[in-house]
Amino acid sequence: MSFLEYAPAPESQAILNLRSEYGLFIDGEFREGHGTPFASISPATEKHLTTISTADGADVDAAVAAARRAYDRTWSRMSGADRGKYLFRIARLVQERSRELAVAESLDNGKPIKESRDVDVPLVAAWFFYYAGWADKLDHAGLGANPASLGVAAQVIPWNFPLLMLAWKIAPALAAGNTVVLKPAETTSLTALLFAEIVQQADLPPGVVNIITGAGATGVALVGHDDVDAVAFTGSTPVGRAIAKSVAGTHKKVTLELGGKAANIVFDDAPIDQAIEGIVNGIFFNQGHVCCAGSRLLVQESIHDEVVDRLKSRLSTLRLGDPLDKNTDIGAINSSAQLDRIRALSDIGEAEGAERWTAECTIPENGFWFAPTIFTNVSTSHRIAQEEVFGPVLSVLTFRTPAEAIAKANNTPFGLSAGIWSDKGSRILAVADKLRAGVIWANTFNRFDPASPFGGYKESGYGREGGRHGIASYLKTAAPAAALEPTRKSVTKGAAK
Amino acid sequence: MTRLAVPKTYKLYIGGAFPRSESGRTYEIVSAKGAFLANASKASRKDARDAVVAARGAFGGWSGATAYNRGQVLYRVAEILEGRRAQFVAEIVDAEGVSTAVATAQVDAAIDRWVWYAGWADKYAQVAGNANPVAGPYFNISVPEPTGVVAIIAPQDSSLLGLVSAVAPALVAGNTVVVVASERLPLSAISLSEVLATSDVPKGVVNVLTGSPAEIAPWLASHQDVNALDLVGAGALDWVDLQIAAADTLKRVLTPENGSDAAAPTLGRITAFVETKTVWHTKGLI
Repeated sequence: MSFLEYAPAPESQAILNLRSEYGLFIDGEFREGHGTPFASISPATEKHLTTISTADGADVDAAVAAARRAYDRTWSRMSGADRGKYLFRIARLVQERSRELAVAESLDNGKPIKESRDVDVPLVAAWFFYYAGWADKLDHAGLGANPASLGVAAQVIPWNFPLLMLAWKIAPALAAGNTVVLKPAETTSLTALLFAEIVQQADLPPGVVNIITGAGATGVALVGHDDVDAVAFTGSTPVGRAIAKSVAGTHKKVTLELGGKAANIVFDDAPIDQAIEGIVNGIFFNQGHVCCAGSRLLVQESIHDEVVDRLKSRLSTLRLGDPLDKNTDIGAINSSAQLDRIRALSDIGEAEGAERWTAECTIPENGFWFAPTIFTNVSTSHRIAQEEVFGPVLSVLTFRTPAEAIAKANNTPFGLSAGIWSDKGSRILAVADKLRAGVIWANTFNRFDPASPFGGYKESGYGREGGRHGIASYLKTAAPAAALEPTRKSVTKGAAK
Repeated sequence: MTRLAVPKTYKLYIGGAFPRSESGRTYEIVSAKGAFLANASKASRKDARDAVVAARGAFGGWSGATAYNRGQVLYRVAEILEGRRAQFVAEIVDAEGVSTAVATAQVDAAIDRWVWYAGWADKYAQVAGNANPVAGPYFNISVPEPTGVVAIIAPQDSSLLGLVSAVAPALVAGNTVVVVASERLPLSAISLSEVLATSDVPKGVVNVLTGSPAEIAPWLASHQDVNALDLVGAGALDWVDLQIAAADTLKRVLTPENGSDAAAPTLGRITAFVETKTVWHTKGLI
């Protein structure tokens, strides 16, 4: 028995009482959808978890109408202080039910319980707690006095951080005075439906939060609905592009949180132990299903061999397997479709001439799995250096000078995040200035906080979530700030003509 | 005997130079009364692309300049404009057919607006950025940075004020600009280019195209190296199509505004074309 062989330590599922089927959550109640229901499975076992309703066009209409009614009659008239109190309630309810939510998330999404328990769910509570306090302080959000809410927000979220993305969307929208219709990803609807129960426990007025489930068509109908005033989407750049096109010519205010191909830059004076941990966290956190993942490692040439050797030995200690096991580092890939994509891009990486290394680990019989993989000898033109793999696959490139590192880091249509590892503060500041990315981590990676704005440059989308900037995404100025200019007190030096 | 005047050849302004359109095309500009004023250059797709290349080339220097320096350069533009008030007033009287008083008011407003924006250069980041109190040992700060190359369709019913109202705010943060001037009233735009060329604005920071917005705008909207699109003056075009084309590269887009207060001076016009960068500095590694 090697030191890696631990006895299983699975988190109990007893805390979770899943219903055999879930309806749509509209106007404060669960109701059956009119579309064809679909099965939700655990990606780690492929076992059936529950059956979930699909919202069709009529259901989307009903959800948006409920949100509109709640906006007009209740939520937009309520004091900010009271809106805040509801959000504080939700934050506390999430904390109270955190173990149950973590188990559900790991079961449904495939992420290790230690991540859902220690990262996702605590951040969900923190997000509601943070934005609760904004609800009665909107005058200080940077849009002048009395900023106005937008109305009904249509929100579509991805499968990689299901409940956390829900919190990123719903908390600021409600704090700003909007009502919402949210559609979770098809493969990870479960925690959103548990959240609907929390909404009921918080006694939130009916219609303020509506959750509709279904596949892409449901999202398209929601985003394209005429009575929607704001659209917030997190997901792939191609879908973001389609949304940007579909809202063209409308009044809808849009926030898009799209793909990334982050450079994680390691200089030769980096604190190497921390850097290795940071690189691992940067790309293997959540199986690499992270839009801001540090998927391109840029290592200064002089330390390339050392870094790669140490990475390989570190990755060899990661434990892949049951997401509910508290020892697990790498969980399941969320779906077979995503697994196919990771495999296809990895094969292309090999075919294009990069050198592939995969950690040795036992792959469970059922479910969707991909062992941590590193590609060395990667060129900037390789597809694995340009396209988002969205899996546990790291591409390693080298550089000699800071200027080269910056040029390579910026050589992508994306601009979501980046990492810098160096012991030299002045270099960190100078390099951070030159990187065209919305979030930069210096000597750390993949940190998230409700107080910290998150969002991309270029084709990684627009708008920010988190912090003061995040609340501004759901507000508009009361009136155009005219009369900002002084009237000219004729200092005419000689009249014209 | 009256002196025979020396009329000006109105050309494009690209990369700090005044080229004719590579297409060789011009179109006739007439006064409000229908009299011939000039043959303006009719910019082509190639001219628009050249302008984007020039704007991209100028971006590093302009965005990298200190905010104080950008503010001074922009203020210098207002100084030079002030010295040329008479020229702009005369041009506007001819082109728009308005009284000297009305034309003077437009020029004065344009100069004052330019001064107002110049003063924002070293302040807007203090208003649009902030430190973030995250729950961990990190110094975390959000700062606004320019988006990149901004393509602007200038307001079509104004010679100078509309143009200034759209161009100045984009420059404040350090963006570089390709602007398509009013099709009917383009002469002040070229005269403004002469001001820019002589007021320490680096070449390529502002590029001015004259001609048909309907013809040029689609190329700018779909250009891969344009980061943002200000459609303030595109109300008469098929601007929804332009917005759709811009979505291919997720450009930031401002939609058309109509009326006399189009592109009114606001901080929002500056922050429309900035990106918020948030940097986490670890405090713990000691």
